[in-house]
Amino acid sequence: MPGPAPDERMRPKGRRNTQGIRVDPEAEVTHEPRQAVLSALVKHRPGVLSEVSALFSRRQFNIESLTVGPTVDDDTARMTILIEEPEPGIDQAKKQLRKLVPVVSVRELEGEAVRRELALVKVSGEKPDDVNAVADMYDGQAVDASTDSVTVEITGSKQKIDAAIEAFKQFDVQEIVRTGAAALERGPKTLEKDV
Amino acid sequence: MSERASVPKEEEAEPETEQEPVTTGAQSVIRALENAGTDYVFGVQGGAIMPVYDALYDSDINHVTMAHEQGASHAADAYGVVTGDPGVCFATSGPGATNLVTGIADANMDSDPVIALTGQVPTEFVGNDAFQETDTVGITQPITKESYFAADSDTVGDNVSEAFALADAGRQGPTLVDLPKDVTQGDTEVEPGAPETPETYDVPEEADDENVQEAAEALAEADRPVILSGGGVIKADASNALREFAKEYEIPVITTMPGIGSFPEDHELSLEWAGMHGTGYANMAISNTDCMLAIGTRFDDRLTGGVDSFAPDAEVIHVDIDPAEISKNVYADYPLIGDARNVLRQLFDAMPRAPDADEWRDQCQTWKDEYPMDYDTPDDEPLKPQCVVEQFSEMTPDDTIVCTGVGQHQMWASQFWEYTEPRTWVSSHGLGTMGYGVPAAIGAKLAAPDQEVVCFDGDGSFLMTVQGLSVAVREQLDITYVVLNNEAVGMVRQWQDGFYEGRRMASEYPWIPQFDKLAEAFGARGFTLESYDNVEETIQEAREYDGPSVIDAHIDPGENVFPMVPSGGDNGQFALNEDHLDMI
Ligand SMILES: Cc1ncc(C[n+]2csc(CCOP(=O)(O)OP(=O)(O)O)c2C)c(N)n1
Ligand SMILES: [Mg+2]
Repeated sequence: MPGPAPDERMRPKGRRNTQGIRVDPEAEVTHEPRQAVLSALVKHRPGVLSEVSALFSRRQFNIESLTVGPTVDDDTARMTILIEEPEPGIDQAKKQLRKLVPVVSVRELEGEAVRRELALVKVSGEKPDDVNAVADMYDGQAVDASTDSVTVEITGSKQKIDAAIEAFKQFDVQEIVRTGAAALERGPKTLEKDV
Repeated sequence: MSERASVPKEEEAEPETEQEPVTTGAQSVIRALENAGTDYVFGVQGGAIMPVYDALYDSDINHVTMAHEQGASHAADAYGVVTGDPGVCFATSGPGATNLVTGIADANMDSDPVIALTGQVPTEFVGNDAFQETDTVGITQPITKESYFAADSDTVGDNVSEAFALADAGRQGPTLVDLPKDVTQGDTEVEPGAPETPETYDVPEEADDENVQEAAEALAEADRPVILSGGGVIKADASNALREFAKEYEIPVITTMPGIGSFPEDHELSLEWAGMHGTGYANMAISNTDCMLAIGTRFDDRLTGGVDSFAPDAEVIHVDIDPAEISKNVYADYPLIGDARNVLRQLFDAMPRAPDADEWRDQCQTWKDEYPMDYDTPDDEPLKPQCVVEQFSEMTPDDTIVCTGVGQHQMWASQFWEYTEPRTWVSSHGLGTMGYGVPAAIGAKLAAPDQEVVCFDGDGSFLMTVQGLSVAVREQLDITYVVLNNEAVGMVRQWQDGFYEGRRMASEYPWIPQFDKLAEAFGARGFTLESYDNVEETIQEAREYDGPSVIDAHIDPGENVFPMVPSGGDNGQFALNEDHLDMI
């Protein structure tokens, strides 16, 4: 006694979107990606960096930069991770990070967190004075010079560094290195104290 | 202590009083396992792990030498599933470790507690591409809860203790400790500490009371409530709590595949399991529910089909011990993070009343009548596999453990066997590993020597790990293997017929060996089964044989698995036959 065929069965009216959230079936709701700065305290031991970066690639989180360095405590390091994801992806990234055993704590830094990046830009040495003038405009300074090249150091927000690099293009940019963002929350809040 | 169907063995970790002090890293590894209550280890010897085996020589821990390391990790996995405590496997470096990988990945997908200890080349050679060196930690890090590289003879015992505790804690899963030979061979007098999870690892116990209250009210308000019981219910030993809850509030229960056994399939509230090959009634209920209490499930795509059409009218209450599962695949309106047994108790107390769901229960019953799990047995056609499974089920006690390979036979074994007890269904779900069955049955039998163990395997799956029969024979394990032999990788053949215009590329095996003879060559008993007349008699003979037996059941090669929700489909739009597939 086979029951009704597929096309004769009762069907619910509702719908979910690709993130599994119930939506109005008429209006497709999608989450726009946004940038988030995740700050993670991790145990300072071999393999942590590869564990974290493997997590991001395996779960297909869109990562813009990842920096790692020591903290006041010798046993822990801090990672600053910039990701660009829709809201549910950011939420997942935080939860998956917290699941890793060497990860002590994870927090998303709020929009107004202090973010700084450092860039070194090597340009042609033909017009050192002009190079210095542009460097001044971006609070940068020449850190190395030879007859053929000048290397300038700039720190600041991503936008400032993007703009500086754009300006240096007139001098024939030969090489660039950027660190990716380091970030801390404004005010007295710290990740280390409230773990 | 887990909810095992039989009386648990008594040899729980009784700290021995007169232990010899450890003198080497290897001894401290073994001591850590002893302290954690290990009674079986599954493994294969080899150069880099020899110091550990040498230390095992003096231990009371039983070692089962497997024929292949994949078998060691699957046997340990099944041992973990049946006992609830981590199963342990050993392998040497390089190929030994890589052979373990499939079983580790399998355990990771199914959250099965396993600890793998692998030999490694001496520390000074690590990184030099030394003989049998492989980056075991690198390979296994993404498929374990954590992989440890033991760096020092003084701390290696603690590494093992921690890995053991971690495999068992919270959401269970596999862990690994890689053991360089110099570290295990090296001198130490440091006794390993008690198994403790790392300080950075939190295990949520109870859900937030306010959230529980809100969820309970939503459930009580529902017109069409269901419970979706996942593998996490069994892992948390929450099957009894689930039964009490469902019966008290009269809410129909659907299980996931890993959740099979968490709720008795012969109970009137049971809709059995949902998903790609789940029952029509479970899938209809999924589709039409307005409130789903989902416990210990990760909403795998084989369960949900396309998420757009998964329980689209339902508010979802999601109970899970792993916060990362909340809203990963299906958004949780009421996230309840905690241990399933605790949260079920919290919910039990918080329910203001039972939902008013008479009509809905009647509807579920109507679906049961409309989409019964039955099959035809025409006389002029070869033996139907469903009949073999069903007869076997009827002949055996409720606590019989069923293991499987992966494919059509696995689906028939889950559909036509009646499961009533937790930890009696032992299968490879998330990874879908062909070859799981033979070694899993070995692990299961050693974990529960007083329970009957049967393994339904496919001809393809059986051939992948058939060497394990040598172990079953040597260890004199009373296991009945039933090969549902369709001379094909049948599940693939079914998909080719359904979705690739019947172009049967590399799916038929006309060169299949005679499994009864193969069994005899291993020293097991072999049987052939070809007709309906002998089903009961053959099963009975195989069961009565005291040792491993293999029934080569020649089944209808054309038989397909239904119902079927095509991949990415809508749960309510399952096909009951080939013709329906064209309608969907
Ligand atoms: C290790 C592995 N390789 C390949 C597959 C793909 N696969 C899934 S089911 C299946 C057929 C299994 O054949 P058999 O064991 O004979 O079972 P049947 O479907 O015929 O019952 C295959 C090849 C798999 N799941 N696992
Ligand atoms: Mg087959």
